[in-house]
Formats: sequence, C-alpha cells, structure tokens
Amino acid sequence: MSKLSLITKGILKENPTFVLLLGMCPTLGTTTSAINGMSMGVATMAVLILSNMTISMIKNLIPDKVRIPAFIVVIASFVTVVELLMQAYLPALYETLGVFIPLIVVNCIILGRAEAFASKNSIGDSALDGIGIGLGFTLSLTTIGAIREILGNGSIFGWQFASEGMPMIFIFAPGAFIVLGYLLVLFNKVTAKNK
Amino acid sequence: MEYLFIIIGAIFVNNVVLAQFLGICPFLGVSSKVSTSLGMGAAVLFVMTIASIVVFLIQNYILVPLGIEYMQTIVFILVIAALVQMVEIMLKKVSPALYQALGIFLPLITTNCAVLGVALLQVQKGYSLGESVVYSASTALGFALALVLFAGLRERLELNDVPKAFQGTAIALITAGIMAMAFMGFSGIV
Repeated sequence: MSKLSLITKGILKENPTFVLLLGMCPTLGTTTSAINGMSMGVATMAVLILSNMTISMIKNLIPDKVRIPAFIVVIASFVTVVELLMQAYLPALYETLGVFIPLIVVNCIILGRAEAFASKNSIGDSALDGIGIGLGFTLSLTTIGAIREILGNGSIFGWQFASEGMPMIFIFAPGAFIVLGYLLVLFNKVTAKNK
Repeated sequence: MEYLFIIIGAIFVNNVVLAQFLGICPFLGVSSKVSTSLGMGAAVLFVMTIASIVVFLIQNYILVPLGIEYMQTIVFILVIAALVQMVEIMLKKVSPALYQALGIFLPLITTNCAVLGVALLQVQKGYSLGESVVYSASTALGFALALVLFAGLRERLELNDVPKAFQGTAIALITAGIMAMAFMGFSGIV
C-alpha cells in the first residue's frame, strides 16, 4: 500500500463515520456547530496519532494476553494530556465539549485502529494511518456540524447570514440524529451508483 | 423530593441516549428485538449501579485525598473494565440463571460509553453516595426505556418497505431523531 493511500483511505473508503459507523456518540453529541465538530475531530485525531505511534513502538514489549488493557492505558494517558491542555489553553471549548473529551477513551475508532493497524505496522505507517482516519473523522464531524449550524442557527463557522426563522430543532438532539441519518442515505446513494 | 427530581430528570428529561448521546453504539446495535434490548437494559442497570458506588468510593477516598483527580479518566476506565470482568465471573458462580440472561451483554458494556460517562458526570455534579446511586440507576432505566421503545419501533419497521438507500442504520437514525423529538416534550417538567 502506498504511503498516500494510507492517508486518503480514511477520508472515503474507510471513513470511520459513514462507512464503519464508529464513534457515534461524539459524532452526534458534539456537532452543534462546525467549529465544535471540527475541534472534537482534531482532539480525537491528536489522540489517535499519538496512541497509534506509541502502540506501534511498544508492540513487541506487550504480552499478547494483556494487550487490550495496555492499549487502553496508553490511550487514556494521551486523552488526559489532551484534556489538561484544553483545560489550560482553550477553557471555553473545554466547557462546550464537556464530558465528551474524557470519553475519547472509549471511542471505538481509536482502540480499533490500535488493534487492527498499529499493533502490526511500523511507527511511520501507524502515524500516517492515524492522520488518515483522524482526517476522515474530522471531516465528517465538521460536515455534520456545518449542516446543523446552517439549518438551525443560520450561520457557518460562527459567521451569521440569517438571523431568525431558522428551525432551531437542528441544534437540539433530534437534529443530530436526523442530519446524520439523511447524510447516510446520501452516502449510500452515491456509493451504490459508483459500484 | 430531591431524589424524585434526579429520577425524573435522568429517565425522561435528560435521557442518556436521546438527549445526551451516550451509549449510542448499543442503542443502534442491540435494539433489533425487544427481548434482547430488555437483557441489555438489565445488564447496564446492574453494572452502572455497581460502577457508580465503586467510582464514588475511589474518587472520594483515593483520588481526592491524594490530590490526583486528573487521573480520573485512566482510573475510571480501568476500574469499569475490571468491574465488568468481575461481575461476569461472579455472576457465573452465584447465579447461573442471571448469567444465562445477561452473559452475552456483559463484555459489550465495557465499550458502552454511557457507563464511563455517567461515572464522570456524577463526580462533576458533586452528588453524595445516595444521590449517585439513584442518579446512575435512573440513567440506566432511561437507557433501558429508550432501548426497548426503539426496539419496538424497529420490529415494526422490519415489516415495512423501506427504500434501498434508507435501509439499515440510516432509517434507524431518522427514527431515533423522531423519538428524540417526542422526548423533548418532557423538557421543562423538572
């Protein structure tokens, strides 16, 4: 597999949100605006790249039987690092994303990549894999966040273009389910045509 | 009275799945039949309540006295993973009947972010031991309620002619969205 395809596969072919349907909780919970979705994606990507590299580095030291708990400790450590950094430098964002930042630990994308990729491949490839899957996740979250922000609040990335009369429901919980549902329909249609 | 507010709030107003987006994976994954979703709901109720007590004790008697609250995430996830294992082993010995009913759902719970989420939230809200137990048990009941209702809807959906692109998760998500809308009607009662 070429180095470039390691990065691009996460964006479409193995998109964690639309194809693999992993990490649904943050996908629905943090995408109230484009910025929030993007921030969650970037935070997850940072943890993913760091944990992928670390696990690839120590893969020969971990006994096979305790590998899952070992992976979880590595992931949880990096989540704590990201959590503390955000608390210190981006307190407003930390407040908005709330409990979903520590919950990056249980995001199945990260453990999934550790098990399926990082524990078998070199450090460099694992980093690229983390970048690819992380970009795919960030892109999906930003898209969902942008759609919900446009429909529900009449703004995009904080830039207001309509002030009233927007269906607020898209910012609330039901909007998350419905937007993701229809995006999946769209995705199914497009991929079915390409086959 | 305070307990009543916590119960109603956790089950209906801030439903863990439909308003807080925790535990979406089992919500979408294990909800195709009413019977399995009842089993999953019971398993979550069991684990979440025990986890809430254990997490309360660890937070207040280990992490806070030592001044290492920042270790929360790492400690909690390990404790919950170990707890699920222990519950599974103990249940097998003590009550084989219950193990038969809940057994297959237990390993799935480790990856259920609702358990860790509730543990973190109860600490964040500064609940006492009694409040924590009531809060997590009612959150689990809210989870079970959403799961069973959703399974009922999906059983019906099976019999309908759904357009091809909508089949599977897409229609499930849209259904969940409409259900979340219905649950929004509860907001304001507490």
